[in-house]
Amino acid sequence: MSDLFLTNARLIDPEAGTEMLGAIKISEGKISEILTQDIEKAIKNFPVGKVVDCSGQYLAPGIVDIGVKIGEPGERHKESFRTAGAAAAAGGITTMITRPDTTPALDTPEALEFVARRANEAAPVHILPMAALTKGREGREMVEIGFLHDAGAVAFTDCDRVVESPKVFSRCLTYARSLGALVMAHPQDPGLSKGAAVTSGKFASLKGLPAVSPMAERMGLERDLALVEMTGARYHADCISTAGALPALQRAKDAGLDVTAGVSIHHLTLNEFDVGDYRSFFKVKPPLRSEDDRVATVAAVASGLIDVISSFHTPQDEESKRLPYEEAASGAVALETLLPAALRLVHAGAIDLPTLWRALSLNPARRLGLDAGRLAVGAPADLVLFDPNTPFVLDRFKLRSKSKNTPFDEQRMQGKVLKTFVGGIEVFGA
Amino acid sequence: MSFRAKHLLGIEQLSPEEIETILNLSDEYVDLNRRQVKHSDALAGLTQINMFFENSTRTQASFELAGKRLGADVMNMAMQASSVKKGETLIDTALTLNAMHPDLLVVRHPHSGAVELLASKVNCAVLNAGDGRHEHPTQALLDALTIRRKKGRLHRLSIAICGDIAHSRVARSNLILLGKMENRVRLVGPPTLMPSQIAELGVEVFDDMREGLKDVDVVMMLRLQRERMDGGFIPSEREYYHRFGLDAEKLSYAKQDAIVMHPGPMNRGVEIDGLLADDINRSVIQEQVEMGVAVRMAAMDLLARNLRASSDEGVMV
Repeated sequence: MSDLFLTNARLIDPEAGTEMLGAIKISEGKISEILTQDIEKAIKNFPVGKVVDCSGQYLAPGIVDIGVKIGEPGERHKESFRTAGAAAAAGGITTMITRPDTTPALDTPEALEFVARRANEAAPVHILPMAALTKGREGREMVEIGFLHDAGAVAFTDCDRVVESPKVFSRCLTYARSLGALVMAHPQDPGLSKGAAVTSGKFASLKGLPAVSPMAERMGLERDLALVEMTGARYHADCISTAGALPALQRAKDAGLDVTAGVSIHHLTLNEFDVGDYRSFFKVKPPLRSEDDRVATVAAVASGLIDVISSFHTPQDEESKRLPYEEAASGAVALETLLPAALRLVHAGAIDLPTLWRALSLNPARRLGLDAGRLAVGAPADLVLFDPNTPFVLDRFKLRSKSKNTPFDEQRMQGKVLKTFVGGIEVFGA
Repeated sequence: MSFRAKHLLGIEQLSPEEIETILNLSDEYVDLNRRQVKHSDALAGLTQINMFFENSTRTQASFELAGKRLGADVMNMAMQASSVKKGETLIDTALTLNAMHPDLLVVRHPHSGAVELLASKVNCAVLNAGDGRHEHPTQALLDALTIRRKKGRLHRLSIAICGDIAHSRVARSNLILLGKMENRVRLVGPPTLMPSQIAELGVEVFDDMREGLKDVDVVMMLRLQRERMDGGFIPSEREYYHRFGLDAEKLSYAKQDAIVMHPGPMNRGVEIDGLLADDINRSVIQEQVEMGVAVRMAAMDLLARNLRASSDEGVMV
């Protein structure tokens, strides 16, 4: 096993909430030592050629991304494990938690085995699958939660489809609780949000697009939280995008429910007006919200009320996007833009790097019980070395993802990944 | 002449000067259309294709007549019945069209923004004949022409647009146009048919007809679609007529000389009283149809001039 010594790096420790100059020794795929002084002496004792001078750039635990959509099985023309893996490595993501909204849905242990096998063959980063909560994601019958749990499903979710029946959902929660399994849901009142393409407000009214009130998210969340209180299940709300939903989340946490929440990078960095003249690359689910909502969710990440930031990487080919806005598919690719987009929040002074890293790495790993996301002796050497400042203009055709549907095309961004390590092995180098 | 646009996609993209240019030319075409020989060669040699992805009799006929009177070769494509059903995308349709070398493309589509998408992919001038709930610019222009001819001006008027605002592209185009020309716009209708935060666009919102119509110069009624009458948005047709249907009593709150407009086709006894619709002293509904042909002639004429100017430049380069 190749040992490495990463020196002269700004170490971001999300656990301690610190940022300081130091060095990291890697041995047998794990962090074996963290030094902040007497580094010169240590370098002398280390084999030449195994020392990497990080030039004062930032070294942090690799990103743990909950909710990545990969097109296997069913839509490999949109994204494969190989292309997603390459994109993740280039984006500083060392663990991808994949979504089960594939075709067919990942709802059997056999399908999950296929994913695990393909992922290990093709991708240089860790891939851990989530499974559907109900068969075919149809909201009627629960999947084999026990078998799937044993087969390695790290969470159970029907993704953007809400389990409409409270009875079905409460039974799923109850059953999952007995196994300690995490249930993830997309809080949204299905009746109110049906057919909507944008968030309601002045923009929707002007553009004549079917809209959903932000209230639908709060209603969906309040229902889910009531059922969580009833059943005692472990619950994660995958994408909280509105200010109105935050007090309910706060109340649930204060009451001691086992509840966490996430938000997508797009909802933290874009708002409803970015859709402009019906630009379908900005169509995501839930829809981009008002600036007030965006600011509130950023503040909630900074305060820790929202625990996790995700890419919600959703590859769509040109054909599914080059349609009238209402008909166009939802979703955006984001594995390679997650970090530079998140750094916008840092550059804007809304959040500091260790706090950002809690949401990108430590919290998602903790929530899923993974040994990742920490900068500590004994932790796996899943690391990202990045320069937060280098400016660039994004060219979507240079993305490694098979699909190029990013809302950041031709936008100025700051921050580049220099190296990504998984288990101490360099899987990406700029 | 102040009209530079390549397409007519919406009122939002037009300046007040451009709106006036269209209306001034429309006046000339009204005169032409009233002569016995109603023909000009403004579009001679040009090909106009009418593509309607959504049912329309009146608007399509109006565009067809406008093109024919200007000497264009006009073709109608009923898109509902054709390739769309076979799974062809809008972009493919655009590419097919490009190969036919049309000069003017008139498009109606059930989805907001679809006409803009098509315009970005074709090589000819595109006229929006209605896209989803978004815009219907020629309707707003013909309404403006009607108002200007009846009221002698198109500014400092108080205008009430009444009915199903939420689902109406006519309402959107009209409120944008009337706002640009510095009029006071009021929207009147049940709150279930009012778009959210619409007041931020600089209009006054009313849910009572008598208050909304008080002292207005123009009453613009909108059609209520049959499928919206079933209890989903309003309790019933008869309650709607009782509270929001325009009759002589409600109209009495408007100015004495207020005119009544409707984009057609009307639901008599739902949004408007039949007798009132036929009252030649108040209703200008027939004039609106006449103005429609003239406005569409003017719009296509102006776009064709820009088309020729840009292709001349192309030759010089």
